[in-house]
Amino acid sequence: MSTGVVARRTASMLGRRLLALIPLLAIVSLATFSLVFLIPGDPAHRIAGEGASEAQIEAVRSDLGLDQPAYQQFATFIGNLAQGDLGTSYTFRTPVWDMISARLPITVSLTLVAMVIALLIGIPTGVLAARRAGRWQDRVVTVGSTLGLATPNFVLGLLLTLVIGVKFQWLPATGYAEMSEGFGLWLKHLLLPGFALGIVAAAEIARQLRASLADVLRQDYVRTAVAKGMLPRSVVWKHGLKNALMPVVTVVGIQTGYLLGGTAVVETIFGIQGLGDFAVRAVMSGDLPAIQGMVVFAVLITVTASLLVDLTYGYLNPRGESQ
Amino acid sequence: MSALPETPGTDAAVVVPETPRRRFLRRFTGPWANRFALLVLVLWFVAAVAAPWLAPHDPLVQDIDARRLAPFSDGHLLGTDTLGRDTFSRLLYGARVAGMAALISVGVGLAGGVVPALLAGLLRGWWDAVFSRIADALLSFPPLLLALAIVGVMGPNLTNAMLAIGIVFVPRFYRVVRAATLSVREETFIEASRSIGTPTHWILRKHVLPNVLSPLAVQISLAFGFAILAESSLSFLGLGVQPPDPSWGSMLSEGRAAWFYTPWPVIVPTVTVVLTVLACNVTGDGLSDSVGREKGRA
Repeated sequence: MSTGVVARRTASMLGRRLLALIPLLAIVSLATFSLVFLIPGDPAHRIAGEGASEAQIEAVRSDLGLDQPAYQQFATFIGNLAQGDLGTSYTFRTPVWDMISARLPITVSLTLVAMVIALLIGIPTGVLAARRAGRWQDRVVTVGSTLGLATPNFVLGLLLTLVIGVKFQWLPATGYAEMSEGFGLWLKHLLLPGFALGIVAAAEIARQLRASLADVLRQDYVRTAVAKGMLPRSVVWKHGLKNALMPVVTVVGIQTGYLLGGTAVVETIFGIQGLGDFAVRAVMSGDLPAIQGMVVFAVLITVTASLLVDLTYGYLNPRGESQ
Repeated sequence: MSALPETPGTDAAVVVPETPRRRFLRRFTGPWANRFALLVLVLWFVAAVAAPWLAPHDPLVQDIDARRLAPFSDGHLLGTDTLGRDTFSRLLYGARVAGMAALISVGVGLAGGVVPALLAGLLRGWWDAVFSRIADALLSFPPLLLALAIVGVMGPNLTNAMLAIGIVFVPRFYRVVRAATLSVREETFIEASRSIGTPTHWILRKHVLPNVLSPLAVQISLAFGFAILAESSLSFLGLGVQPPDPSWGSMLSEGRAAWFYTPWPVIVPTVTVVLTVLACNVTGDGLSDSVGREKGRA
């Protein structure tokens, strides 16, 4: 099939997906706005925090428009959102967007390292398990990935920082270094948290890849390729992997959202001041604008990730419709 | 009619058909991993239900003379923490918290997800369009972050944490049940039942629900695993169980400062959390392998 057709089909798919985003984002913003109604008692009181004076509570109330009717509050919320205004955090006394954009590079670095670790572990082990399906290598990978999926981020993170960071001091136990301070230093600080965060994704990737690749390797065209004398290694990597990669791409897309949630725990353990740490602090103090801002931002990231996944489908599977 | 002499060779061909229940049990209890997972789940259940009777000590009482004890010392099976609290007793009460969290969050998820899904799958049209858009939107929130946000606005405590995790489950249960309902509704027996005028709620209860149960059971056992994971994560962050009450997550966060002197209060809940989540996941996989038609494993 010519690339033109593929490109056109991808474009129309993208158009449909973008159209479907409109109701989705409308519901997401309504849900995010509605968080205010979940606050028990007086929202202004909870947001202003313990021991706030009557004047401070009143200030919060008029500031957030909590004295206005709900539909008007929602209209203001949407209006601000459309202009990229996520409100002002009460704990940090800074616009939420500024907080997010200042901390974003840190969390992007962490999730990037986590995803690279996940792929570096997940793909080779998944391929190994599929090629040796039913043998001991397959068993080891299966048991390993089942264990990986069952280990909470915070358990692994805690063990890594206590054993490798504090006891043996092979890698920094806490903290973060900017990339401008040197790539090695940056990576060193991110290896342990990246591992703690990425291991679940690695396990999921290995499992999915094993299942789909084992399936592909039983297909006739693979047998033909082997029969005509192609080396098993290149059969796996050329014919097998490209066709088995779609589930992996899906996992990577879904895991992006999970990683974003996982950073809350991992950043707390490793003392990294990224978005996860921001979210936890906002949650601790009931800082509504910060919580809402984080949620909206996280949804935008997940939605973008799933769009990218759909686009990749078009590339990996030019014949078919996206699922 | 006189008894015919049995023709030699036919008795081997006469196979007593296996009932679905027996076939399921044979397939599910075959792999040792499934049996092990069941054992862990049973232990968890017993610990959760019988914690007050099984626990040798009060999980909250601090004994200054019995701090940092090693396992098997002086009536403390798994030792004590830095405040002299009995680790085994705290572990049992932690099992209770995890069990409650799993039950309540799954209950919330089922309550919110199943009925809309049955309606959407059976009636299609507007119901389906509206409910499915809402489910899609809820699915685009990262799960742990959604739970965090809900706990953040409602206030950090165990009940709110459980509710929050339950809301995370709603769209996931919805999806599974809707898909199963859609595939059942095309079956001839539903069409036949409709054609004789059976009311919709009757069709749902008698025909659709039983067919939806097996994919739902798989999802529920995986949800149990996620609930433990989420509850212990939230409690670890101080957003679930509030001190001094024990939870596997809060035991870890309390024990980590003194880890070099007293590793047991950290090691014990670590192993427990991993084993229990593992058991839930293995049970889920085992269930999905054991229900439905026979198919070879790759």
